Amino acid sequence: MRIAIAEDSVLLREGLTRLLVEAGHEVIAAEADAERFLRAVAGSVPDAAVIDVRMPPTFTDEGLRAALVVRDRWPDVGVLVLSQWVEERYATELIAGRPRGVGYLLKDRVADVTEFLDALTRVAEGGSAFDPEVVAQLLARSRHPLGDLTPREREVLALMAEGRSNGAIADALVVGGGAVEKHINNIFTKLGLAPGERDHRRVLAVLRYLNGVNP
Amino acid sequence: MHLIRDLVSARTWLALIHHLAGLLIGLAVIFIVTFGIGFGVGALPLALAGLPLLGLTLRFTDWLARFERARFAVLLDVAIPAWPQDARPGYRWLLIPSWRKLSSRATWSEVGYGLLRLPVSVVTVAISVSAAAFGLLLLTLPLYNGALPSRGAVIDGTVVRGGPAMAGAAVAGLVLLLASAQLARGLALADAAVSRRLLGPPSHLAARVTELERSRERVVDAAEAERRRIERDLHDGAQQRLVALAMELGRAQAKFTDDPEAARDLVDQAHAQAKEALIELRNLVRGVHPPVLTDRGLDAALSGLAALCPVPVDMQVDVPVRPKPAVEAVAYFVVAEALTNVAKHSRASQVRVMVEGHGFPGSLTVLISDDGIGGADPGGAGLSGLADRVSGVDGELSVESPSGGPTIISAVLPCG
Repeated sequence: MRIAIAEDSVLLREGLTRLLVEAGHEVIAAEADAERFLRAVAGSVPDAAVIDVRMPPTFTDEGLRAALVVRDRWPDVGVLVLSQWVEERYATELIAGRPRGVGYLLKDRVADVTEFLDALTRVAEGGSAFDPEVVAQLLARSRHPLGDLTPREREVLALMAEGRSNGAIADALVVGGGAVEKHINNIFTKLGLAPGERDHRRVLAVLRYLNGVNP
Repeated sequence: MHLIRDLVSARTWLALIHHLAGLLIGLAVIFIVTFGIGFGVGALPLALAGLPLLGLTLRFTDWLARFERARFAVLLDVAIPAWPQDARPGYRWLLIPSWRKLSSRATWSEVGYGLLRLPVSVVTVAISVSAAAFGLLLLTLPLYNGALPSRGAVIDGTVVRGGPAMAGAAVAGLVLLLASAQLARGLALADAAVSRRLLGPPSHLAARVTELERSRERVVDAAEAERRRIERDLHDGAQQRLVALAMELGRAQAKFTDDPEAARDLVDQAHAQAKEALIELRNLVRGVHPPVLTDRGLDAALSGLAALCPVPVDMQVDVPVRPKPAVEAVAYFVVAEALTNVAKHSRASQVRVMVEGHGFPGSLTVLISDDGIGGADPGGAGLSGLADRVSGVDGELSVESPSGGPTIISAVLPCG
């Protein structure tokens, strides 16, 4: 995959570049601020972009705004936003327009290299990857009651919202694939969502539901 | 007895000196102030030529006010608080008064004092000195009565003479002399009361200053305690983890050639340690100031708190206009502390958090209620620290927590 990086910390920028190169990807740009990063992306459109939220000059949400620009201007580029802390509100903004091929993870997750690369691949292929912490916030602030769900169904819902596949959910909960299918169908029925959605479209449905946007 | 003692006591004499000094000062000041203000204001239309003169006069009244406050303190032992100092200088190029200076109540009160000094002192001196002098004259009348030109004092055309009259005069003189001491002191106090109104801020302002001084002290203490807590958390948490991490990596390095399997285990442990350190640091930063609060406001920041709380939180946030950052931060920490308490002590099954903004300028109301066992101690470290933080923005915190519950914590924070 061809990847562009926006990260102002030299240590992390170099570390990410090395990690991605070692995994067999091509890093086409590694920039320290949003403006230069956007210019690099415009010059040579990558398959995916990894963007830090806080960057110069104001160190607030430059990265997030750059991510929204990429998302709107180059819909085929997967956008993975990294941050020292995750906030439900930023996730909401990311999935608002075109919630296809977006991800939002804590920077810590980079430490689990395999999982991080997996998430990046998912995002580049149009799927999604949301941090468990973000999902926990979304569930806590859900605009709809989730009281009808059993604890197990809540767990499945959280994993779905993170963007995981049925197989990954089954592995995480140590149950069979059939059981996961059944839970998912129950969840969709109880929440009144169209059943049988697959992969990223179903993540979308779940996230929008939690945000109070009607599916 | 004390009447006689008062006659010779230092306080009486100081009061008399005060009146006489006031007369001299008033005499000098009234010319300077009427001339300075009169010509200064009069010359204003001439391309503001009067401004430097006005500035000079106001500098003089500033100095006079300071001098007079000191005089009241030294001679009468009356402390007059100074007007609160303006943070910005009152003059440009040394002599040009700023508009703030010209429109401030303190400035004109002090000018007014300069004008009033003379008439007030004339009255006090006239009464106190003439009472003392007349008393002394009457008391000693028997000694010199015979030596007077008409061989006796003449009152209403009759010549006062003879033993009983002399005794009466002496008694009247004594009474007047004793009364004059009280009179001088009483007038000094009255003078101080009048001057206090002009030389110092109104009493409600003075009370407010005291209150602010106290609350500032508490806020500074709270900040200091907070810094110590952060230092401790960093030292006990992340720092120790990083030490352990470096140690494990060092051991792994030593084992790599001889025992690669053990080295791999150590690297695994180090990896876990590093991730723990990251989590601790993140929580610490969130506790100091959550970045999303600055970026997106209260509603967004409170989401994170709700997700971290093990007790289900029903959160309603309605803040149409963002209050200033200090108020937002205090509101955030009220909710954070309350939810921490709910999680630790309340055994509640449900928490409600309501945050409502009532216009701007207006107030921000924060209310946290749970269905737990109650018994929260408003004097405890957490809640009293919170009360200090709330008072730092002029807000009010109330804690209702009867034993048996429920607990209701509310804060009203003024905005604007």
